[in-house]
Amino acid sequence: METRYIGRPVRRNEDARLLRGQALFIDDVDLPGMLHVAFVRSIEAHSRIGDIDCSLARERDGVIAIYTARDLGDYCKPGPLLVPPPPIDGLVFHSRTHHPLAVDKARYVGEPIAVVVAESRYIAEDAAADIDVDIESLDPVVDLATALDPSAPRVHDDLESNLAAHVVQEKGNYEEARQNADVIIERRFVCDRGASAALENRGVIAHWDDRSQTLKVWDTTQAPIPIRNGLAAMLGLSESQVHVIAPFIGGGFGPKMMMFYPEEVLLPWISRRLGRPVKWIEDREENFVATTQERLQVHDAAIAVTRDGRVLGVRDEFLHDTGAYDPYGLTLPINSQCTVLGCYDVPNYYSEFKAVFTNKTIVTPYRGAGRPQGIFVMERLLDLAAKEIGMDRVEIRKRNLIPPDAFPHDNEIIYQDFAPLTYDSGNYAPALERAVEMIGYGEFLGKKQSESRQQGKLLGLGIVTYVEGTGIGPYEGARVRVEPSGTVTLATGMGTQGQGHFTTFAQLVAELLGVDVKDVRVVTGDTREMHWGTGTFASRGAVVAGNACHAAAQQVRKKILALASDHLEADQADLELSRGRVAIKGVPDSGISLAELAVLANPLRGAVSPGTEPGLEASSYFGPRSGTTASGVHAMIVEVDPDTFDVAIRRYVAVHDCGKVINPLILEGQIQGGVAQGIGNAFYEQLVYDDDGQLLNASFMDYLVPTASDMPDEFVIEHVETPSPLNPLGVKGAGEAGTIPVAALFAQAVEDALSEQGVEICQTPMSPSQLFELVRKAAQQKAQGGDER
Amino acid sequence: MSQLVDITITINGKTHSDSVEPRLLLSDYLRHGLGLTGTHVGCEHGVCGACTVMVDGEAIRSCLLFAVQVDGCALTTVEGLAPTGDELHPLQAAFHETHGLQCGFCTPGFLMTLVPFLDHNPDPDDDEIRALLSGNLCRCTGYLKIIEAVKLAATRRREQRVKP
Repeated sequence: METRYIGRPVRRNEDARLLRGQALFIDDVDLPGMLHVAFVRSIEAHSRIGDIDCSLARERDGVIAIYTARDLGDYCKPGPLLVPPPPIDGLVFHSRTHHPLAVDKARYVGEPIAVVVAESRYIAEDAAADIDVDIESLDPVVDLATALDPSAPRVHDDLESNLAAHVVQEKGNYEEARQNADVIIERRFVCDRGASAALENRGVIAHWDDRSQTLKVWDTTQAPIPIRNGLAAMLGLSESQVHVIAPFIGGGFGPKMMMFYPEEVLLPWISRRLGRPVKWIEDREENFVATTQERLQVHDAAIAVTRDGRVLGVRDEFLHDTGAYDPYGLTLPINSQCTVLGCYDVPNYYSEFKAVFTNKTIVTPYRGAGRPQGIFVMERLLDLAAKEIGMDRVEIRKRNLIPPDAFPHDNEIIYQDFAPLTYDSGNYAPALERAVEMIGYGEFLGKKQSESRQQGKLLGLGIVTYVEGTGIGPYEGARVRVEPSGTVTLATGMGTQGQGHFTTFAQLVAELLGVDVKDVRVVTGDTREMHWGTGTFASRGAVVAGNACHAAAQQVRKKILALASDHLEADQADLELSRGRVAIKGVPDSGISLAELAVLANPLRGAVSPGTEPGLEASSYFGPRSGTTASGVHAMIVEVDPDTFDVAIRRYVAVHDCGKVINPLILEGQIQGGVAQGIGNAFYEQLVYDDDGQLLNASFMDYLVPTASDMPDEFVIEHVETPSPLNPLGVKGAGEAGTIPVAALFAQAVEDALSEQGVEICQTPMSPSQLFELVRKAAQQKAQGGDER
Repeated sequence: MSQLVDITITINGKTHSDSVEPRLLLSDYLRHGLGLTGTHVGCEHGVCGACTVMVDGEAIRSCLLFAVQVDGCALTTVEGLAPTGDELHPLQAAFHETHGLQCGFCTPGFLMTLVPFLDHNPDPDDDEIRALLSGNLCRCTGYLKIIEAVKLAATRRREQRVKP
């Protein structure tokens, strides 16, 4: 079908405001009489809290109030469990959620203990430093591997151990399959913790207005509607008394989807108590300990293959670090469990995980959300198996890809959305072949690599595949209205953190209503504009909200055509919508403008006929019955410095299939940005905790994130479109895809570059100094082996 | 709490006189004292570059300065780049065209770093651009489209200069 806007690289509607510094971010909100909040946080990972002496702080000029858990009374109770565990047989899950302020015990560095309210943030911080918390230090649980020992200290005293969950999922029979294998590869893989490090920290502003009996909250949340619903319930208010706004947000990446953060629960309570607006903006130091993190898992995995490269089965047992509490349920380890299978037809699979409480910051999804670990495990196993049987690494992948006629493909296990893990559509082999071509695979292995070795350069190539379960339910909504000005207003509950919603959603509506994309004004993240919805997570914006926008625009289009047909006394089939008018086909200046029609649809005289509604407006909802699976192949060529072990990416290729593309420009941005975060994960983004549970690198001086210098010299993206049958637009999610394969890709490419040194990379990240250590150890082992002979 | 200090600063061509605490950060003064909220604060320790403004023509991190330190100086913030009308500054326009921004939080800092850079180095090569940009963090774009924007803006600027 010929499209006007869908599939075109339309430039963004939201840019001008952002470029001029005029877009409203949370810290830009300034209200008369506003007070400021600072927190006293635990400085130890595990401690019993005794007396809290606030007397000195209370004497300070400008201090309005100080609260501890005791002052909160009944309001101080554990928060809700955001996602209950999926219906899997034999599943064990211990839900332990946090209080708004720590009661009796603090379980991680950064857990809030007291809150200070003052006339300025400067004073609030001064006063917070005056507060003396009497604590008794307890032994912390830090190391994942020993956390389940019977002798380990316990994060939650009422549990028998630090086990948070235990889940087994199985397909076929791995133990039987391994009997028929020629080769079995077993390894331990470790993926470490990282930070999302959105450039904007979190923030909450709450304003209880006693006269109107309403609460207005600004929140850097990815899910304003659930926040509204939860706050109403906690505070005993009706949902319409609570108005939550998620303004422009400076990057979300998952941790801003966590709910409820203690600060989100406390600020509204404080405002209600004091009758004044209160503001808290997280600083970067707080962000490193108080905003959720992700990635630490330890996998003991095995793959059973035949000599001709056929995968007979995979077994994976892993530990998942969930931090001190598990309010987000089991989304992450289930995602890891479900993503190990990747693009491959694995007939037998045994996966068992234990989620473990530790005295560290809470773990919730960060872009990729458990999937990079799954892909790392599978792709590494395939690399090792290929090496062992002497097969080309692309060939072993080709032999195991799910064929195009095997969709929908049932993986026979349960996904995080509670639905069976079924891939809706896919066409994997052409994407792999295309990536092989684009990276110059044959030429590189045949010639380029050996030539560069002779010049003393260490070049390596990596090529891996991945899948991403995207676009899960439950639903999103959209309301479309033609205004008397002739412009169109589109409201959706799904807030934006930079994904381009003001443009892609506008494209979908403009396509059907025949207006310019610029003339569609998008409102997101304001609960007064859209009452129903969930949030921006799990790469679901385009799929779930996008299809709701499409459906609402279709309804409005019908209303426009019906009214115009009446007015123009013309058959609907003879009418077309373009340039903001309804015109007789082929006569663009004929007919009537949408502005005039909008006025006609809301008359001041005459009746609206029974069975119809005033206005050119419609609301629609879309809820997919299950997620849709996107996929892709990434390849890269790296150069490792033989002295410093610094890794530079010379060429990067991404062949990506997220179904029908709405805006290739924005999609490219999503992929490049995702890859950048993947590079961080693979190269050096590691939150380093010492044995006391103290984070040692809690600043951007010590926790390195990628800069422009770390990005590939060349970056080429190609889109393959395998439409999803699960939604009318045929789209799949794209937000997290870029991040997912990079760690696996990096490991393969660097291993390839260092093949003569004989290193094997089984952990991520892998910094130059860690790489240096690996090479040194490999050399030692070689030398020792030599001695023995 | 402590003695206030009188300062006079010219910002985007307008003169402001104020009495401020010595410890007031320039970033806080701009944002909360003057309501110039286009300057963003991402790390408060001078690494991310989101708070970059121009002080007497040079790119400076406003979170690492106290307001009293710029007494008598002329500042430009992102609000001063394209102060009137619908037109964007050429660098802003280039960011728009190449999709050089996503959430836009870091963008003002990038712009204010790049304006003096292109003044000093109107024809930068790829390495120079990357080296310069490596002082600013962006978590959304992966930088490649920002690099494109810089090249586009630099090329256009040179073409403009060549014209009589």
